[in-house]
Amino acid sequence: MTGALVQVVLVAVGSPLLIGVMRQVRARLEGRAGAGVLQPWRDLRKLMRKEPITPHGTGWVFRAAPLLLAGTALVVAAVVPLVTTSSALDGIADLFAVTALLALGSVALALGGLDTGTAFGGMGASREMTVLALVEPTILVSVFALSIRVGSTNLGAIVTSTVEDPLSVISPVSVLAAVALVIVIIAETGRIPVDNPSTHLELTMIHEAMILEYAGPDLALIEWASAMRLSVLLGLLASLFFPVGIAVGGASALAVLVAIVALVLKVAVLGVLLAAGEVFMAKLRLFRIPELLAGSFLLALLAVAASFFLA
Amino acid sequence: MNLVGTLFCASLAACLLSACAALLRARPLVTGVGTAGAGVLAAGAGVAALSGETWSAWLPDVLPLAGVRLAIDPLGGLFIAITGAVTVCAAIYGIGYGKAGPLPLFVASMLLVPAAASVSTFLVCWELMAITSLLLVLTEHRRRAAVGEAGLWYAVMTHLGLVAILAGLVAFAAGAGGESFEQLRAATLPEATRDLAFLATLIGFASKAGIVPLHVWLPRAHPEAPSQVSALMSAAMVNMGVYGVIRVGLDLLHGGPAWWWLLVLAAGALSALYGILQAAVASDLKRLLAYSTSENMGLILIGVGAAGFFAAQRAPALAGLALAAALLHVVNHSAFKTLLFLAAGSVLHASGTRDLDALGGLRNRMPYTTVLFAVGALCASALPPGNGFVSEWLLLQSLIHALPASGVAGAVTMPLAVGVIALSAGLAVATFVKAFGVGFLARPRSPEAEAAHESPPSMLAGMGLAGVCCVVLAVGPTLVVPALDRVVPGPEVVGGGLMLRLAGVSGVISPLLITAALLLSVVGVLALVRLLSVRTRARRAARLWDCGAGPMSARMEYTATSFAEPLQRVFDDVLAPESDLDVTPVKESAYLVEAVQFHARVPDRIEHRLYDPVIAATAAVGDSARRLADGSVHRYLAYGFYALIGVLIVLVVIA
Repeated sequence: MTGALVQVVLVAVGSPLLIGVMRQVRARLEGRAGAGVLQPWRDLRKLMRKEPITPHGTGWVFRAAPLLLAGTALVVAAVVPLVTTSSALDGIADLFAVTALLALGSVALALGGLDTGTAFGGMGASREMTVLALVEPTILVSVFALSIRVGSTNLGAIVTSTVEDPLSVISPVSVLAAVALVIVIIAETGRIPVDNPSTHLELTMIHEAMILEYAGPDLALIEWASAMRLSVLLGLLASLFFPVGIAVGGASALAVLVAIVALVLKVAVLGVLLAAGEVFMAKLRLFRIPELLAGSFLLALLAVAASFFLA
Repeated sequence: MNLVGTLFCASLAACLLSACAALLRARPLVTGVGTAGAGVLAAGAGVAALSGETWSAWLPDVLPLAGVRLAIDPLGGLFIAITGAVTVCAAIYGIGYGKAGPLPLFVASMLLVPAAASVSTFLVCWELMAITSLLLVLTEHRRRAAVGEAGLWYAVMTHLGLVAILAGLVAFAAGAGGESFEQLRAATLPEATRDLAFLATLIGFASKAGIVPLHVWLPRAHPEAPSQVSALMSAAMVNMGVYGVIRVGLDLLHGGPAWWWLLVLAAGALSALYGILQAAVASDLKRLLAYSTSENMGLILIGVGAAGFFAAQRAPALAGLALAAALLHVVNHSAFKTLLFLAAGSVLHASGTRDLDALGGLRNRMPYTTVLFAVGALCASALPPGNGFVSEWLLLQSLIHALPASGVAGAVTMPLAVGVIALSAGLAVATFVKAFGVGFLARPRSPEAEAAHESPPSMLAGMGLAGVCCVVLAVGPTLVVPALDRVVPGPEVVGGGLMLRLAGVSGVISPLLITAALLLSVVGVLALVRLLSVRTRARRAARLWDCGAGPMSARMEYTATSFAEPLQRVFDDVLAPESDLDVTPVKESAYLVEAVQFHARVPDRIEHRLYDPVIAATAAVGDSARRLADGSVHRYLAYGFYALIGVLIVLVVIA
């Protein structure tokens, strides 16, 4: 139970900082000074102090969506093995459930967007659902590929087996699955080249179009939850393929401390890589995204095939 | 007569009494309560049968020559229980919705199909079910011309299906030398007869289950029938197709070669994908739900096919798991599809339209229906904490554990099947976000939707009951799964308790705890927000962002068609949408445009490519055959004479 609690607190506090680090890296690489790593937290504080706004014609779905989004992100943060493989909540949800919970968050936001009745809200929701539908096959087939080695989709079991035998990761199966998962994570979190989190141009925006009507504390919740989703997914990627330092079993407080430091470092490195990659890349056209996702699905399928035919 | 038999017979009697009451023009309350009572009794009989009690009867005098044989085992009991439960919801709902006279007879025939224990009894009940449902589909034929067309499609498809089942079962019975299911089970047949029996019955059962490419009746008949009938057809009748495949393939024929089941799996996969793609681009609410039925039946057949395949590969634990997953999905699908069709009926009742493009804003006008539809949509899109998620999770678990055991065929099939299930799940999410988000949220898109009102209490009660079933199945699948274990031959596959723990392979999940954690964290976040926003002020109403152009009209909202446009474009090659652009220029000049008309529709491509040519050819043959009958008596006498000569010659040659 403490493991889950540590993870939730770490993700809740650390994820805006991850966004700050990524923005800072981008700013420096683009020759700007940047606003500093703490800027996302300052933004959240400012938004929380503003008065809550209800746009005309919106209802309970619009108001509940940010809560559900943040709720799913917190549950996922508690379930996924980031700091320790034996969280109390580990048994209740596996990799399938984690992806489904994240999808539930996206659905809540899409319904919030549709509830406004504006063209922007509908457009964002429509695009988000299209991407979600196309991402799903890649995720589940990658999960399939990862579960074969262990014979289970339980996240704790997968990570523990990698900890016990770190070299087993260096196989065609893992490499293919890792590449497929990276593409999926980029699509799920709405980063370049699938979506650009810092644009407000109607031709290109997906995520920002859905949340256009949100303001004040609601917007703060959404920003915070999006940051949490990104850090949880990056942390999951690190745990699945490079679980060095993660606390296994009934580990001591020291081991948990080491695991926290390791997690922060790994996620920070992944975030910096992602931000640096974004500087050198342009956003894809909306209708080129299916090709990217089809490619990632093929990689995932190859991963499963490799696990059988190369075994 | 034991408990199962007593309850079952009482339920049939209640159906007959309600049907008589309907004939005597009794009030809807009387027939509705009678039918609901029959449903309760049938559900009780089914549950009693699931707990292990069996019942059989032989009534030699009811049908000439063969007599009627009935037997209820756990498998039949499951389908009887589902039909009974759906009947309760639909009958209570029907009290306020409108007349559907032969409904009790339809229910009785659906209860008899899983209880039939001989070929003749089964076929008679099957046909009875087809005819009563056809009558119900035609209920509103005076109001709309489309009803008659839908009825014609349904009648033709269901009877072609009957012919296939008849051929298969008759060949089976002839080979076995007897027609009771006992004799069929004991028979040893040559391989060719077994293949013929299985394939012919598979075609017939697949057409009843709405499996692509035999699904064409489904998206026509379900929207045109009254909504409680749609619910019964979509949540109970199509299940009988699955029942037939399991009964004939896995029970009477004791499984078979792996290719049978790979065929079933492939048909299921095709159906799942095609069904949900059509649902994703449909803008008629009930048509969307009908295609979603096609999808879910496809998912169930994937499970059944995988079960047969694993059994053929000698992996009984996996086979049991796959079959349990398929049956759990049957139960779950029935629950949420009942709810969704009833809610769609309420929308139709309140606004007079099923067109999502004209709906919207029902959230304030029909608050209870909106919440209930949201529950159904959550379940149908296979997201936690809905019930669809649990059965799809089980199905995926059974497929991903197949890999080492099932050889090259499994290694190629299973990843693709997982991909298909995943894509159909993803598209289902998009479909139901569209159905709920466009149909119920935002602002009304037409005066009809503007004038919508909440349904009467009886309709809400029917929907509420279905909603409660969905919620119970979602958080407590461990209450249902042990009962399913009794249907599945072999060892127990799923352990119960707080967690859903797989027995043969490793896998564990707890829908109850996921729901609890989700609730807890949402409440926690809410408390945090309340705590942190120091100056808690009332929410201020504000204008929507309209680019500074003044208040937006409802015409500027996204519609269902525009919501599905990206998906339609991505799957352009599969869906082949049609669009016409008519530009009418002003008389004086070709460059000045007077009117522009744009039509876009997504026709069912399989119907277009596969059925239209066959129908055209049949019509041509019929037309040319008309020349044979020109009204001349001499000619008709000559036909008779030549036919007689022909028969005599044939007899001479044969003898």
